[in-house]
This record gives sequence, C-alpha cells and structure tokens, in this order.
Amino acid sequence: MEHIVIIGNGIAGITAARHIRKFSNKKITIISAEADYFFSRTALMYVYMGHMRWRDIEPYEPWFWEKNRLELKKAYVEKIDTDSQTLYFKEDGSLKYDKLIIASGSTTSYYGWEGQDLKGVLGLVSKKDLEDLEKYAPNNKKCPRAVIIGGGLIGVEMAEMLRSRKIEVTMLVREAAFWAGVLPKPEAQMISRHVISHGVDLRHNAQLDKILGDDNGNVRAVITKDGEEIPCCVVGITTGVKPQISFLEYSKIEIDKGILVNKKLETNIANIYAIGDCAQQRKPIGNRPVVEAVWYTGRMMGEAVAQTICGKPFEYKPGNWFNSAKFFDIEYQTYGWVFSESRKKEYETQFHWKCNSDLRCATISYHKNSGEFLGINTFGIRMKQEVFDNWLNEKRSVDYVIENLKQANFDPEFFKSFEKEIQSKFFNQTANV
Amino acid sequence: MSSVQRNMSLTGEPPKAINTPQKLATLLGMSGMFILVLAAFNINFPNKTVWLLIALSSIFGGIVWFAIAAYSNKNEGIKNDGVWFKSISSRGFLAWLTGLALTGFYIVLYFFPQFLGLTNEGKNTGLISFFDPLSKLLNGGPASQWFVYGTLYTIAILAFGIKFLKKYRHNKYERLRTFSVMFFQLGFAFIIPELMARLNSDSFSLPYYDLKNIWPLNYYNFEQYRVDQFISGGNIGLALLIFGVVSILIITPILTYKYGKRWYCSWVCGCGGLAETAGDPFRHLSDKRLVAWKVERWVVHSVLVFVVLMTTAVVYSYLGDDSSKYWLTKDAFLISVASFLTLVFLGVWIFKRKELKKDARLGAIGYFIIIISLIGFHYFSGKTLFLFEAETLRKTYGFLIGSIFSGVIGTGFYPIFGSRVWCRFGCPMAAILGFQQRLFSKFRITTNGGQCISCGNCSTYCEMGIDVRAYAQKGENIVRSSCVGCGICSAVCPRGVLKLENGPLEKRIDSNEILLGNDVDLMNYVNK
Repeated sequence: MEHIVIIGNGIAGITAARHIRKFSNKKITIISAEADYFFSRTALMYVYMGHMRWRDIEPYEPWFWEKNRLELKKAYVEKIDTDSQTLYFKEDGSLKYDKLIIASGSTTSYYGWEGQDLKGVLGLVSKKDLEDLEKYAPNNKKCPRAVIIGGGLIGVEMAEMLRSRKIEVTMLVREAAFWAGVLPKPEAQMISRHVISHGVDLRHNAQLDKILGDDNGNVRAVITKDGEEIPCCVVGITTGVKPQISFLEYSKIEIDKGILVNKKLETNIANIYAIGDCAQQRKPIGNRPVVEAVWYTGRMMGEAVAQTICGKPFEYKPGNWFNSAKFFDIEYQTYGWVFSESRKKEYETQFHWKCNSDLRCATISYHKNSGEFLGINTFGIRMKQEVFDNWLNEKRSVDYVIENLKQANFDPEFFKSFEKEIQSKFFNQTANV
Repeated sequence: MSSVQRNMSLTGEPPKAINTPQKLATLLGMSGMFILVLAAFNINFPNKTVWLLIALSSIFGGIVWFAIAAYSNKNEGIKNDGVWFKSISSRGFLAWLTGLALTGFYIVLYFFPQFLGLTNEGKNTGLISFFDPLSKLLNGGPASQWFVYGTLYTIAILAFGIKFLKKYRHNKYERLRTFSVMFFQLGFAFIIPELMARLNSDSFSLPYYDLKNIWPLNYYNFEQYRVDQFISGGNIGLALLIFGVVSILIITPILTYKYGKRWYCSWVCGCGGLAETAGDPFRHLSDKRLVAWKVERWVVHSVLVFVVLMTTAVVYSYLGDDSSKYWLTKDAFLISVASFLTLVFLGVWIFKRKELKKDARLGAIGYFIIIISLIGFHYFSGKTLFLFEAETLRKTYGFLIGSIFSGVIGTGFYPIFGSRVWCRFGCPMAAILGFQQRLFSKFRITTNGGQCISCGNCSTYCEMGIDVRAYAQKGENIVRSSCVGCGICSAVCPRGVLKLENGPLEKRIDSNEILLGNDVDLMNYVNK
C-alpha cells in the first residue's frame, strides 16, 4: 500500500489527507511537532479571549482520526533524505514515504531588530505563541502595556485579544492608515478610527527601531524610529509571516522564499509536493502573490494535490480571489481584486461608499474604459460568495453589479439594507461626471 | 494548555471581572431575592403590597442595571469575552451553587409546595401569600404556588430579555426575536390567563389556558377536567378546545413549513423564552459531541411516543361507548389515532425515506410497530389500553417528564448542561416541530461558499449542541431537526458564513465535495 506522509497538520495538510482518504485507501501519516490534533489557527485569538476552550477550536473530535485511518505522529522533522525517501526526526527515529506532502505553514518574520530575542517578543501564528502570550500577558497587572508592531490582520487580532484583558495597547503602523498597503484609503481610515474606538493607542507612520530588555532578559520597552521610548512587557510582531522551511535547508528540495512548486504543486523532486503557506509558485497565478499565506488557499491547494496524488493530475487553479477577516466588530469580505492606493492598476477605478455610522463601507472596483466589474470590498455588510463568483466569471459590468447588489446580500434577516443608498450615490456620481 | 485560570474569586481580573455598578446591581437583585426568602420563612411584612413591590422591582432593577453596566460603555458587537473564564459560565463554583439553588427551588415547587406556604385548608401562608396583592390585582383571587412561579418566570424573561437586547443591540434579528418572546410571555402566558380567570364564576369556568402552550408541550390540555370545562364553557370554551386541536394539527405544520420551528421555539415558546434570556449566558455549555446527538434523537422521540400513548389513553379513558350519545366514541377515537399515525408513517416512508439515516428508519419502524401493536393488542385481548391504567401513565408522565425533566433538570441545571437541555432531549413539541422542519420546511441555515475558517464559534455557541462547523466547513447548508433558529451561530461567525433563511426546497441540503473558491473545472469534475 502506498504510504503518503504529510508534514504539517494545519488546514492545507489536513484537507489533503481528508481528500486522499475520500478517494483512496492509501496509508496516510500526518506529522506535526506543534499540536496533537488539527486546530483552527485563525481561532487562536478566541482561546485567549475566553470565547472558546482549546478543544473547541479543534474541528474534529479525537475519534475522527482513527475512524478515517489517518495516523498522527507528533515529531519534528529535522532532515529529509530525498534519495532514500526517508524523514529523520529530531526525537530520533525515521519514517519512509512513497509520496511526501510538505505543508509546514508559516512562521513570524522578524526583521533583525535589536532585542527581538528578548522574552516577551512574540508573533501570533502558532500554538506556542498563544501559550507565550498567556505567559507574558496574563493580565493587566503583570503586563500593563503591550506594543504591537505592524497593522495587519494578525496585528488587529492581537490588539483585540489584549484589550479583552484591559491591557493597554500601542500599535506602531508604518502606513498612514490601518493596513493601507492592502486596503483603499477611505476603508483603511475607517478601520483606524474603529481600532482607536476600542481604546488602542494607534500610531500611524511609526516604526520600530529597537527593543530594550531588563536584567532578566524580559522586554522593558521599545524605541520607535522617532526616538520615543514606550515602556511595555510584551512586543507583538505582526509585520507578516514567511514560509517555515528552515528544516529543508540541506535537502535537495529547491527553495526560494518558500518551497518552489509548479502548478501541479510538485517540487523539483519527484513524489514530493508542497502546499499551503510554505509553497511558492514558480510563476504567479493571475494577480496573486507567489506565496499565499491564507486559510482558503491552503485548503484549496490541499484539495488540488489530493487529486494529483490519487492519480488524476490536476493543476492548482484557484478561482476568483476572495478573503475575509474581522477588525474588532467590523467584518470584512472581499471578492475579486480591489487594490490599495500603492498597488492600484492604471486601469482600475474605484467607487467608495461609507455609511454614516462609520461602521460600514464598501469599495467597488471596475475597469475605467470597459466598465467591467473587477472586485468589491465590504465592511460591515455580508455578501454572497457564489453571486460574486458568478458575476466575475460572467464579466458583468459595474452598472449591472450595482443594480443587482441586493441579490448578493447575505446579512441576517431584518437587517437594514444599504443597497439603495449605494445605488443612488453611484448613479448620481456617474451622472455628474 | 491551561488558558483557563482556576481562580474562585468573584472579582478576578479582566475579562472576568465585574465593575462597581455591576456589583451594586448584583447586591440590589440579591436583596430583592432575600426579601422573598424571608417571606418564605413566614416573616410577617407589615405592608405586603409595598414589600412585594420592593422585592420584585429590586430583582428586576438589579438585572437591568447589571446589563446596562455590563454593555453600555462597550462598542456594539459580540460580547463573549471571558465566558470560559467566569465561574458562573464555566461550570465553576458559582455555577454549581446556582444550579443547586435552582434545582432546589424546582423540587420544593413541584413536590413540597408546603414549604412555600401552601396549606390544604384555609389561607396560604409564607411566600405564596406574599404574592396575594399582585394575584388579587390580576385575577381577583389569592395566589397559588403556580402564580408565584409564573410571576418570577415572567420577571426573569423580561429582565434578562432586556439584558439580551442590550448585548445584541447591533443585531435586529436577535432584538425582534427577544421582543417577541417577552411579549408572548407577558401577554399570553401571564396576563391573559390571569384575566381570563376573572371571567370564571360558579356557573362558568374556563381552565387556565396559555394559548401559545400547545399540546404536547402542554401535555395535560386534553385531560378530562379541562375538556369538561371547555365544553361547559359555551362558545368560548369550545373555541378554545378547537383552537387547541387546530394548533397542533394545522397551524403548527403550516408555520413550520414556512419558517422552520423557530417561529415557535425561539420566538413564542415560554421554555424557549427563558432559555434565550436567562439561559443565554449558559448556551455554550451544551454537549457538541456526536454521541450526544445520538442520545438526543432516541430520547426526544421516545418522549414523543410516550406523550402520544399517554394522551391517547387518557382521552380514551373518558370517552363513552355509545355513538348515539356523542359522535366521538372510544372506538372512533382509537381508530382515528391509529389511521392518522399510519398515514404519517406511510407518507414519510414513501416520500422521504431517502432522507432518513439508518437509525432514523429503525426508530420510525420501531415506534410505529409499538404504537399500532399496542392498539391492536387492546382489541384482541380486551386488556387495558396500553397495558397500564391511563391515570398511571398520566401520573408517570407528569412526574418524569413534566416535572423532573422539564423543570428540575431542564432549568435547574442551566449552569451545568446549558440552557436547552429540555428543548433538546425532552420536549415532545420540539420533536414534532423538528420532524416537520427536517422533512417538510423551507427553513435552513445557508453556508456562504467556501468562507468558513473552522474557528468553531458557531458550534460553541449553539445552545442545541449542533456541530454547526461540521457543515459550514464542508460548504453544506444546515438542516437539522433540533435547530431552534436562535440565529446566534450567524451572529458570532467572524466571517459572515451563516444565514438563517426560508428558501426554495430545491438544493436545500446542498453539499459540494470541493468548496467554492477552487478552480471551476475541479469543482465540476469532482461534484459530478
């Protein structure tokens, strides 16, 4: 029986395992050094906030693995010998594979700041990070203030976590508004205001210079590039993640930022595949970056590689881009491409709408000549993925999309609808041009 | 990993700490309770009306003040910080204490009402008589233990309802639903029946009737003394009796077809009303394991079979044999019950068999055979219907299901098992509505393509113990008998994946092998 070994029990690895099991009887082993069972990484924050227990963020009950004959091994892979198809573990022992899927995920990227190895400097990616945060920021007496470096999706999660325990939070954000490298400016500014409304000391155009420690090697303060010293006990590093591939350095597997793969997710070595956050496409697919560290893309790669492994070679061809997140109380969804000011394409025109409550807004992006609908961001309004997926495939015009916006609404029943407001703003605006 | 801190102190650290106004509010509410306890111990209050007013408004005011202090200074949004850290909501010391106090109250209420001041002869004393002023105001007579219970129950739904309204002030579905349960409790369950009691005289008497309390939840609705009262109550009485029958046979199926069982369970029902308001802080305690779901299916449907048998036996026992006196004789009744059940069984078997899992098929056949053979057995052997005396069945049901299950366990154990134990495992009404919802309804919870991140908020906060995530992460709609449509899964979802809807029957249960987002060819290929 063919032995499939998967390194990593995150969403990519587990999806691959589940689908391989669905289509075949192969022997499957999943290796992880991080946790006994698959958990939802995106839900780490809720454990610290007391919304859920650890076991609640595990999507499958423990019997699931045995029932589906998915063998779990808790070990750290130190070395891969691709010639003899063998993995060597840090804890001693080895394992032979017929096919190997590497789904080792991401790790926090540090940018060589002075003091980044001090105790209390942490990211929010792994189970260990959560345990560290619990250790260094258990309450606001032990940790009156924390500083978060970088304002992205992980940064805002960490701010929400710390605020739930009434810990003062200072956020140093390089841009002039929150996540402005990704979001169009009016949206980024609205999110900035919302973050501040939750008691976060949000500093725009601010960067970290170095981190200061005390005699015990704990964080004492940070110094910004402007020279200001901010005392704190915890420094959250949320400036981004990078593929976790250090264990491959001396193997024959070709790596760059991540593990280089072709469209079939094959590495340069036969029978070895890489999926999820750790994989890097040799050529970008559409507008997507070559390394995508997103829950959904990890899952989609897992689905695709399972087909290939089960004898139906498939290319990873993600459909229309989509993503979602939540900034404190404001939900965010995006379908298609809406670019920030710095990344905006020359053909892209954007229409913005914002609700008076300052809790909802939307940006619709379209081709300035043809009027083709390119994408939408919504904040505080839920939208149907299927509808936008169809509209994007059908290359609908922006007029059509705005006229039919109601069809795409996914807010709960009885919620106030904003389509009319959006429509009148859009059509007034275009009439005036 | 020990993220949960085992700290027994009431004050604690954020997010489990409560602020000063919340502490004062707790004190106010507790002092109201204390007055009631004193009354229960026969302390004589000089001016009962004033003291009763003080006690009840302290309780009500304390809860409302607590809610305002808890939520007013916070942004609109989900308020679950520290739920699993707080002693009261994570099966800690306070939870057990509250659980014991509540179960104790139910045991006294059902089995030892003399401790509340019930006396067989003469006037009631203690806590019951303490409520006389309010009772006289509403129905003109002195209070009973049920009046005391009804008053406290209504106060709980109203005050904790206001708390829930504050907590979910950003969510209109939750707000409307809560206004609805508050309205039905105050109007239909409390004030209208009390006022109706005023109409009673020596020559005219209607049974106490909460119009929204439908058989079989109201398992005693067709007992002899009630039916006699209905019939002797002239046109109004007869109308009420007919309404009781029409409710379950016609109104309920239509509304459930259109809106799912939520129209009743989380918008109208009193048990649901309490669970959604006072029980809300405990919703996450429900058991989500697969094994719990298996137990639930057998237990709740067995209760339904039990109540059908019991009611049939009770009605049968007081009907006559002579069709010239009254058209509905013992035989006519029994035959119509048997034919109705046979029709339902055959209908499901022929049209919906494909949707039933193996254990559901076994259960359907098993229950059907039991009921029909018991009826047949009666004809052939001439023995007592269903082997036991109707009165024995009725008493057993009233004791086991009516008192122990719905009261002592169902509500008393809120802080331990969660708020919907009765609704999930015991309520025969929920079983009927759930059966209709699963097989003949437009209601479903729609999943939004491939947006689920498996975080588990939906499953955790499902009071019915449905593993919502198991469906959502597969891109499947959620169509489950037990779903009461409270809408909290949709509210707590951080990615906007879930929506409660009444939609077309086609594609109601829709499953994709590959979730939306991956390339179109692959989806078509695999899903073919």
